[in-house]
Amino acid sequence: MFFLDILSGVLLLVGVFFGFTGALGLFRFPDFFTRVHAASVTESIASILILTGLMLQTQFDLNTAKLIFILLFLMITSPTASHALAKSARHGGLLSIPESKKKKENS
Amino acid sequence: MAVLIDLVLLSMLALTALRIIFLKDLFAVVMLFGIYSFLSALIFINLDAVDVAFTEAAVGAGISTVLMLSTLALTGRKEKESKHSSILPFLVVTVTGAALIYGTIDMPPFGDANNPIHQHVAPRYIEQSPVEVGLPNMVTSVLASYRGFDTLGETVVVFAAMIGVLTLLSVRRKEDDEAPDSGLKSHRVLHVVAKIIIPFVILFALYVQFHGDYGPGGGFQAGVIAAAAIILYALVFGLPMALRVISPKFLQILAPLGVLLYASVGIYSMFMGGNFLDYNKLAHDPVHGQHYGIIIIELGVGITVFAVMLSIFYAFASQAERRNVS
Amino acid sequence: MIGVLATVCIAILVVMGLALARACYADTVYDRILGVNMFGTKTVLFIAAVGFLMGRPDFLDIAIVYALINFIGMIAVLRFFEYIAPIE
Repeated sequence: MFFLDILSGVLLLVGVFFGFTGALGLFRFPDFFTRVHAASVTESIASILILTGLMLQTQFDLNTAKLIFILLFLMITSPTASHALAKSARHGGLLSIPESKKKKENS
Repeated sequence: MAVLIDLVLLSMLALTALRIIFLKDLFAVVMLFGIYSFLSALIFINLDAVDVAFTEAAVGAGISTVLMLSTLALTGRKEKESKHSSILPFLVVTVTGAALIYGTIDMPPFGDANNPIHQHVAPRYIEQSPVEVGLPNMVTSVLASYRGFDTLGETVVVFAAMIGVLTLLSVRRKEDDEAPDSGLKSHRVLHVVAKIIIPFVILFALYVQFHGDYGPGGGFQAGVIAAAAIILYALVFGLPMALRVISPKFLQILAPLGVLLYASVGIYSMFMGGNFLDYNKLAHDPVHGQHYGIIIIELGVGITVFAVMLSIFYAFASQAERRNVS
Repeated sequence: MIGVLATVCIAILVVMGLALARACYADTVYDRILGVNMFGTKTVLFIAAVGFLMGRPDFLDIAIVYALINFIGMIAVLRFFEYIAPIE
């Protein structure tokens, strides 16, 4: 049990670290598409690590099943939402940094 | 720890509210309202009011956001500049606020064990409901059994809301087939993901419906979640497809059916020699009778809420699409 | 173990605060949506962690609802933008 506790603690802390870097990326990255990248990539790894860490805390019963369900659900919906958002932004005419530079040079 | 979390959440709530006041872009306001609902639901969770948090998350953050967005599609995104001077409203607000704060001075101290609320009916529910009703989730016992008449009233109010919305906005389906860009057609990924997820959402709604006796949940929440599943379908595949799956006519039958199911349990218990909604008379063993009664009326509530939420969404969305086409 | 869970809860609250700041003060609408979406997913994780911190695993049901509602809200917003009120 002791070993599992340590493992779960490590997973939780690493997960939180990734979540934090993702939030930082929301502010620090230069254009929208890189920000989506920062948010979605770190977010999915953070969810995996934190939820797995919590799973090791359970007695492997209904709660574990619920956590697995949440994890699967997030794994499906969260990248989809990021993808759809980026695609929408593209559709709406938002440009990445190299493209907007090129546009400036041309005009 | 709980106090610290409460303080952080409350300060975030206050910041969001202040930001909402100063924003002119109504779309941003709707998004922040979603966050506001999430935050207030988190505070409810922290206060251990799990059922309330459930409802707030499903209704406040889910359905209201969708309905407000549909309204914005009809009215436009920018708030109009007001031409009136703001001194009089400011005075009124200040006076009202001061009166309210003055009113709280008379209230019993927060969290005191001697408050009337902890003395009057709550002890009776806590002590007697395991014997009289026998459900692990006491909130459901109070809501569906002790306060069954109030809940019937709430269900009727929800039903009345649907009648109100449908008299103002009608669901149009004749020309909907001509709508060119209905649904997120270019999003292939979304189509696949929605197809995978929707069955599980409906399954989860059924879990919430029938697990409400044992854990957080019940008819209201389940109805909203099931409606959310169909709304997701309508958003991704387009309103005409959703209208073909569940037609507005069907919903208009379903909504009164739920209310009638609820009321008929009451009438049946009168036939069996009890009072209106006296579940003890439904079976030989009073506790079994309570269980049957609660399951049936929760089902009635769930059906009505599902039908009403979905009809209101249909009404708003079909108006928005018609405007988009013309 | 309680110490680790408490740390995790506080850290997630900080991340939520950052996402909230992004949603409140955004350059473009899409940044705002991104902030709101991130806030939603972090809330799911927060509820799960708080449930374990307080020894109330009932909270997991609500975490599921949050994940679901967050996704539906997101789709509704995108739909609104792409077909009903596109950005100039």
